[in-house]
Amino acid sequence: MSSINSSRFDSAIGWSTRSDAWVSKGIRFLLSALAVILFCGPLLVIFSGAFDHNPDPTKLSVIPDNPSLINFQVAAENKIWHYLANSLIIAGGALLLQLAVSVFAAYALARKKFRGQAIALLVILATMMLPEEVIAIPLSLVIGDLPLVHVSLKGTLLGVILPLGAWGFSIFVMTEFMREIPAELEEAAKVDGAGELRLFAQIILPLCRPALGVIAVFGFNMIWEQYLLPLIVAADPSDYTLTVALLALRSDDMVGTGIVLAGALLALVPSLVVYLSLQKSFLRGITTGAIKG
Amino acid sequence: MTAVHSVSDTQDVGSTASGGGAVETHPVRRRRRRRLTGATFVPWLFLLPAAVIFLVFKFIPMAEGIRLSLFEVRPFLGDIFVGFKNYATILQDEKFLTASWHTLVLAGGQTLGAMLIGFFLALLLEGHAKSLWFVRSAVFLPVVAATAVIGEIWRLFFYPAPEGFLNDLISWVGLGPWEYISNPDTSLVSVMFVGIWKHAPYDMVLILAGLAGIDRQQYEAAAIDGASTPQRIWNVTLPALRPVITILLTLAAIRGLRVFTEVYVLTGGGPAGSTDVWMTRVYTTAFEQSEAGLASAGSVVLFLVTLVMTVSVQWYRRKKEAR
Repeated sequence: MSSINSSRFDSAIGWSTRSDAWVSKGIRFLLSALAVILFCGPLLVIFSGAFDHNPDPTKLSVIPDNPSLINFQVAAENKIWHYLANSLIIAGGALLLQLAVSVFAAYALARKKFRGQAIALLVILATMMLPEEVIAIPLSLVIGDLPLVHVSLKGTLLGVILPLGAWGFSIFVMTEFMREIPAELEEAAKVDGAGELRLFAQIILPLCRPALGVIAVFGFNMIWEQYLLPLIVAADPSDYTLTVALLALRSDDMVGTGIVLAGALLALVPSLVVYLSLQKSFLRGITTGAIKG
Repeated sequence: MTAVHSVSDTQDVGSTASGGGAVETHPVRRRRRRRLTGATFVPWLFLLPAAVIFLVFKFIPMAEGIRLSLFEVRPFLGDIFVGFKNYATILQDEKFLTASWHTLVLAGGQTLGAMLIGFFLALLLEGHAKSLWFVRSAVFLPVVAATAVIGEIWRLFFYPAPEGFLNDLISWVGLGPWEYISNPDTSLVSVMFVGIWKHAPYDMVLILAGLAGIDRQQYEAAAIDGASTPQRIWNVTLPALRPVITILLTLAAIRGLRVFTEVYVLTGGGPAGSTDVWMTRVYTTAFEQSEAGLASAGSVVLFLVTLVMTVSVQWYRRKKEAR
């Protein structure tokens, strides 16, 4: 803290916090500016390119040369809004499912004692060793012919949503959090005659809001990042999510750079919005739980 | 199946849930058992949605993948059991061998590079000032942007002509022009560069958390002893960060073996297979050559390698903690 006791060793490097340390401050400012340009610049170029009339890959810049909305109009003809809708429906549906599934599972794992609990935990841990890359090929067959019910989810949004509906990471983060809730609260509610569902919905769930933020932002990020899954579930290009459609757009000779960038921008904005509005949850999640992932 | 048994079974899970006493007298125990059987039913009900999804979309595909890897898959004609022939084919296939080498180089380079850059970023941006918080948030953006989006913009930057964006930039310092992902000699390094760019800020956040846990008095003491800044970093900071760095490196390296989207979006494995990694090869084998059996064998090999690595890392960590 930059209070009276502000120490030189606020940081490992020993950046000076004294107001007259111009050299140290100057160097730090320059390097920080460089870092921001390096890591944010490319994303800004997407913005400017998307709004630039006919951007040339050789003349990219942070400010559009000839600002217009033409890219979005042409992109609309290439069904860009349809792809965005696919992405948003998948993100919304899968996230809601994931949250519900995680909260339910975590409630059992954290607040109950039952036979086979250790095995249940182990099984969930095992699912984290089976990322979608490893099971992609057989998964595409299973999605084409679900076991027992023999329904094909190929080419449906549900085919992407359902496999994303349970995520070991979310369950673990939620379980860890729910364990911290004191048992007295539950017992008091039980004495008052609260049933299992009321206990869950009215006592435990409201207390979990911070953890819900963490698993929501991580879940969204994980779902939005999906590439292989929507690719293998799609039966034809109209089933693509926006991120998958970008490559198809680029490969189309009739589509210019500006349209691809307009699509890229639309795919970028939701992740930025979610991150910036739930930033604290995100960073907390990384430093507490992500090491296990 | 007794109540006592079920309670002691779960004690090592360390749950804080309310459960009641452990050993009780006989008549009471019998009554308790009935209550507990009723109660054990409830947790499984809560676990059911997760169990169904995991079973259908994780475990059944995995089992199916192992089965397929032992067959020559012929749609409409019926599969033929071939034993481990698919594995033999893949492990002798030149393209798969090259791809595995690329995967190792990419995973290793990306992991080390991201860690190094993340470490310097963390040193630069450690502190409580509001402006630093702002810079950290801005630098973190590549982590949240989808890989497909990042791939598109970097493809444009990598435009191989002399007047391309990056070539224009590096010409100011007298470098280039390079061809980046369009040249088999530089394509893998270029893909690696994009991976480092995306993952370094993630490592930064974890290293920052590690830095925050270091006792400030150690720095003071080192300074009093006359240690220079690099000496202090080397002798105080780095040893303190060792646990974080080790975990990060191993997990990122294991995760790096599964790399797919970055490569698929940036180069599709080309040019001339120069960036082909294990997963792009598996994908091509499955969906372009329709060799589901071979591709499944490739997936199982990847799974086994990651499994062995993960388990041995965990085992090593346990052993170290026990000491």
